[in-house]
Amino acid sequence: MMSPEHYLFLSLALFLIGCIGVVTRRNVIVVLMSIELILNAVNINLVLFSRVFGDVAGQVFALFVLAAAAAQACVGLGIILAFFRNRETVQTDEMDLLKW
Amino acid sequence: MTSSSQGLSHFLQTWWVEFVCAAVIIAVVPLVAGYIILLKRKLLTDLLERLGPKQVGLDGLRQLIADSFRLLMKRDIVPRDADMFVFWLAPIVTMAAAVTSLGALYCGPGFRVARDINIGILFVLGVSSLGFLGIILAGWATNKQSVRFSAMRSTAQFITYELAGGLAIVSALLLCGTLKIHAIVEAQAAQHVWFIFLAPAGFFMYLIAAIFGTNRGPFDPPEAEAGPVASSVPEYSGFRWSLYFLGEYANMIVVASIAATLFLGGWLRPFPNVYWLNWLDFLPGPLIVAVGAFCLRRAGKQPSKIQTWSLWTVAVVCFVAAIIVLVPWISAPLRVALPGLNGAFWFLSKISIYLYIFMWLRSTLPCFRFDELLHLGWYILIPLAIVNIFSVAVAMWLESDFGYRWLAMIITNVFILAAAIFLAHLNDKRAAAASSVEPETSDSYAG
Amino acid sequence: MLDSILFYLFAGIAVLSAGLMITRRNSIHSAIFLITTLLATAVIFLQLRAEFLFVAQILLYAGGIMVLFIFVIVMVRLDVAPRKIRFRPQKFVAGLVAAVLGLEVAVILLLADKLPGAGLFIPKIEDAEKLPPNSEELAKGLFSNYLLPFEIVSVLLLVAMVGAVVMAKNKKRTDEP
Repeated sequence: MMSPEHYLFLSLALFLIGCIGVVTRRNVIVVLMSIELILNAVNINLVLFSRVFGDVAGQVFALFVLAAAAAQACVGLGIILAFFRNRETVQTDEMDLLKW
Repeated sequence: MTSSSQGLSHFLQTWWVEFVCAAVIIAVVPLVAGYIILLKRKLLTDLLERLGPKQVGLDGLRQLIADSFRLLMKRDIVPRDADMFVFWLAPIVTMAAAVTSLGALYCGPGFRVARDINIGILFVLGVSSLGFLGIILAGWATNKQSVRFSAMRSTAQFITYELAGGLAIVSALLLCGTLKIHAIVEAQAAQHVWFIFLAPAGFFMYLIAAIFGTNRGPFDPPEAEAGPVASSVPEYSGFRWSLYFLGEYANMIVVASIAATLFLGGWLRPFPNVYWLNWLDFLPGPLIVAVGAFCLRRAGKQPSKIQTWSLWTVAVVCFVAAIIVLVPWISAPLRVALPGLNGAFWFLSKISIYLYIFMWLRSTLPCFRFDELLHLGWYILIPLAIVNIFSVAVAMWLESDFGYRWLAMIITNVFILAAAIFLAHLNDKRAAAASSVEPETSDSYAG
Repeated sequence: MLDSILFYLFAGIAVLSAGLMITRRNSIHSAIFLITTLLATAVIFLQLRAEFLFVAQILLYAGGIMVLFIFVIVMVRLDVAPRKIRFRPQKFVAGLVAAVLGLEVAVILLLADKLPGAGLFIPKIEDAEKLPPNSEELAKGLFSNYLLPFEIVSVLLLVAMVGAVVMAKNKKRTDEP
């Protein structure tokens, strides 16, 4: 195992790339994928500190984050499918019914 | 993984066994998969009373080489507007997933690629589950929506296998309490019985789920459709197609290995603890010699020269294998290899029996329609697997509290059988109801 | 040395694939690169001795959630997004925010000793060989200390499953499904 700073930098890099993806991309599915990337970065952090402190709670928490990410992806994709069925688009620019 | 920093030589010293085993797996699995294809064609035709591939050299033994040569030389046809990156990637993923998952398995007490991983069986399941990517990416890589939907259906079938097979495996894992492969086989040795006798429902459910997952047997709608064969990957020709099929057969080997390890005792011989059956330890060598002698005896009675020669070849191969197995008995310094060789023999014979069952089912049962297939998976297999886990757990509790292991197992298996009959009864009612419903659309010529 | 090679290799793969993921125009390519990132992250978990999470990541994330994504991408019938020539200010805002955040965290990590306060506290890390077997430890934790969150997560997954089925169901048919 390397020193913890390495893993923290990796987690930071993935988190930032995920944030850039959420803000920049117009395709809603890619936005959801970037959110999964953010959750992954958080998982690396949790597992790292579980190893550092020798407490299994970090890995348990990471498992719950995994399950919550699965639930979120599931429902989010269902919403996208329903939206696509009505509006025939998945670009965020064209989802502007609620704009003034 | 040791955190050593002493450089390349130390690394090689610690890991050379694993590298050799990995090289053997990568070299041998495609060859074995290819010969399984030949065996399958021979078996199918024999069960259906036909003759099978006989033309190409030595009664079909060179069929594999001829087929591979033809597939290699075929022109590589790529659809015009295919997505090249995905098209190129898809067959590789299928093959890689299947071969990698073989890495954690033990063929015998010594032959392994990865050191005894804590999560052995789960690793094999997890990595082999990445094979779905090959199917769906192949569907995407063409540009036709119909092919994409066909690939999605294949993937749905594969996911059903993961769920149903995983749940069926849990019942066997309950009996040994660990995920390590070495420890599972040793638990079977310690409990003096193969887990198939303690959890037969789990074994049969895993068998059905395995046929689901490898797209074989009665569950192969892409193959059996009236349209093109292998219509989940219709755009692949030549070598890419052969990569897909090697991946499918490697997946079959993986599935057979999991079943052999968990339910059939891995590399243990039958009755591993019964002392007066210890002479079975001597059996592999003489058994192979007997097969070779049988081939020799039948060689003279074959109607044509080619079949005689092929049986001579098989006999020679058997004798060579028998010499390899018997030599450690004679020369003392090689005796350390004996448990490994014996274990490998029993393990490989169990895998062969399992694959024989696959082919047997393929040749006798008619194919399922896709919605019936998914109904079987989700409405019958998965509830039954959950009931199975519950009953095995209850049986283990009864055994630990009251001590009657066999009685507990018999009672719970009767319960599972009752649940299965109930689910089948529900299925019959549903099928009867569905077939008695009048079709919605009226006849346009009706008055 | 083996540790650092493994770390740099798989961390590099993870970051490279993540970068490729957010820049591809084709959604399936993005999905493939996300799968690569997830697999590389799984190996990082393995290096941190979290073996069960390594398999859980492969089975659930790469083998489950990504199946969902790829199914939806195939069903939504996307072609390559048309490239509209349009000035999008979000890229610069995103880049700026990312740079500021990154700089901030890098300063905290690297100069922790010189900043006021307690700094980054790292206790002595236990040797890898002395760790208890990971799956057993995780199971002990999950089923004793964290049993309530475990049950809540199972309800959450059930709710998500029902919700997704309801949302994705085709409501155009008028007869009984």
